[in-house]
Amino acid sequence: MLHRAVEEISTGSDSDYSSSWISWFLSSKGNEYFCEVDEDFILDRFNLTGLNNEIVNYPQALDLITDNLDDDIQDDFRASLDVQARLLYGLIHARWIVTTRGLAKMLEKYKRIEFGRCPRVLCQQQPLLPVGLTDVPYEKSVKLYCGRCEDIYSPKSSRHGSIDGAYFGTTFPHLLFLVYPTLIPPKTGPPTEGAASSREGVDSSGRRRRGVREEVQEVVASDGGEGVSTASVALKADRYRPRIYGFQVSEIAKLQRWQEAVRDRQVARLEALESRNEV
Amino acid sequence: MPRNPIQVDTLPADAELEEDEDGTGEGDEIMEEVDDQEDGYTSSTPTSTVTWISWFCSLPGHEFFCEVTEDFIEDDFNLTGLNTIVPFWKEAMEMVLDVEPDEDATKIPDVSIVESSAEMLYGLVHQRYILTRAGLQAMIDKYENNTFGTCPRVYCRSMNVVPCGRSDTPGLDTVKLFCPNCNDIYVPPSSRFQGVDGAFFGTTFAHLFFQSYRELAPAPFYKPMSSGSSSASPKSSNGSSVPAFVNPNPHGGQKRAEGSVYVPKIYGFKVSERAKSGPRMKWLRLRPESPEELDMVDWRGRWINGDYDGEGDDDEEDEDRQMEDFGPVFFSVLNYDSHFSDTLVFLGCYR
Repeated sequence: MLHRAVEEISTGSDSDYSSSWISWFLSSKGNEYFCEVDEDFILDRFNLTGLNNEIVNYPQALDLITDNLDDDIQDDFRASLDVQARLLYGLIHARWIVTTRGLAKMLEKYKRIEFGRCPRVLCQQQPLLPVGLTDVPYEKSVKLYCGRCEDIYSPKSSRHGSIDGAYFGTTFPHLLFLVYPTLIPPKTGPPTEGAASSREGVDSSGRRRRGVREEVQEVVASDGGEGVSTASVALKADRYRPRIYGFQVSEIAKLQRWQEAVRDRQVARLEALESRNEV
Repeated sequence: MPRNPIQVDTLPADAELEEDEDGTGEGDEIMEEVDDQEDGYTSSTPTSTVTWISWFCSLPGHEFFCEVTEDFIEDDFNLTGLNTIVPFWKEAMEMVLDVEPDEDATKIPDVSIVESSAEMLYGLVHQRYILTRAGLQAMIDKYENNTFGTCPRVYCRSMNVVPCGRSDTPGLDTVKLFCPNCNDIYVPPSSRFQGVDGAFFGTTFAHLFFQSYRELAPAPFYKPMSSGSSSASPKSSNGSSVPAFVNPNPHGGQKRAEGSVYVPKIYGFKVSERAKSGPRMKWLRLRPESPEELDMVDWRGRWINGDYDGEGDDDEEDEDRQMEDFGPVFFSVLNYDSHFSDTLVFLGCYR
């Protein structure tokens, strides 16, 4: 809101008016996780069903994000409208990123590693995806999901830590891996061929993707795509083993043995299921 | 001299620059405290009162180090073997202990070589010192002041972490952070720790720390505190709303664990493990509900009574079994999230 106001004053001239509210929103600091929602998605009222109950001054907020708002409104009203417009855009965004086109847009951002990397050492810098803990706004801030350890982490930076998780929703990362199973990260090994090159962003992400494919196919060297099995991938996952002077710590080792027994039981269950389906 | 106050003042600025380059701007722990201390030392008397050790520990990125006492370093027994690892041993010792170097000593071409030797010497002594009673005490003070930060994992609920090395040999890997709740290690959030050698903390310290302070170590079992579960548990006899926590293993962690595990959901439905993209890693963070369940697994990691039938995560198995007749299932219908009133709309516009 403040940024908006400042920008209004500083730009003044008509030249910057050409840029839309959405592109302004996307380029402002802290909004790096958002992708651009196609205008025809927003203009299709079907996609906005129910949102008019969530947002005060819904028609004006919608006009604002689609750049149809009259310029002659009060400044203080405009400020409050801006808050509502952000909320509206966020909630539309949560719906958009679970559509085919929205998933594809977020996938591009994922490949450019715009959501950061997993802080877990043994995930070897696995890129992350944003996820909410609830689909209701104003409850929980956005978290980051790692497809390798399948756990969620808080964003490192506080400006991302304050984004509402509902703007990404609980579904998005899981739907992404459901729709693109070849992108499910391997449980072991670096995300790219060389750990050193993994910092280079865009051009390494192409290689990353291929690396992922090869790895997944390596698990079951059979038919590609649909037939790849993930039943036993957990056995490949690295884990940290606490040691004191080289000896494992008794109680932690016991817990880890139990956890691995739970893992082995799941693997056995999934493999049995798979062999039954093949028959 | 390395502890020239001018040089000290310039260093934090460098660190900030470095962070900006990083692009993520995660200045989670701010350096102000250290700077203030530094000013306090330097303003009273110039340079001479600041020992090399306290100067070193006040540098940006060195927040995790505690100050090793000089008598620990002066005791040769504590340094056994280090003289073969650290180059320019004598000069490095003189620098760390603030001894004026002999004038007739062989000239070192560049003081920065000695500085890096001194850093390695101090780091390796530090690795040993923090395993002593005094060292552990110094580190728990830092731990309780939240100097080391908190676990980034959401369900560890900001549990304090401790620094940890992956190797005891210097030069192999940088310092990591160990979380006692998930028993896992993390990359420090700020890039200024990327220059700190993990060997200066060692592989043992983090775990000896939680063995020494068991009241800070989360127990290996976890029972959610709700829905009449307290009647079944033996530890709820004192009648207060939050019963005192007891781990029957006196050598184990004595703190109530943060045991929640993330459950992936699509449109409010749990993702079934039968989906190719279904959950495979829940075990990594799972805890049994009672300590007895831990004993159901033998030392080789096998269930003692063949097929274990505890409460653990078996609900999923049972639910799935009921759905077997429906052929390929992506989601099992569990835990419908009633908040999600727009489910049908979503399904309508997908694809």
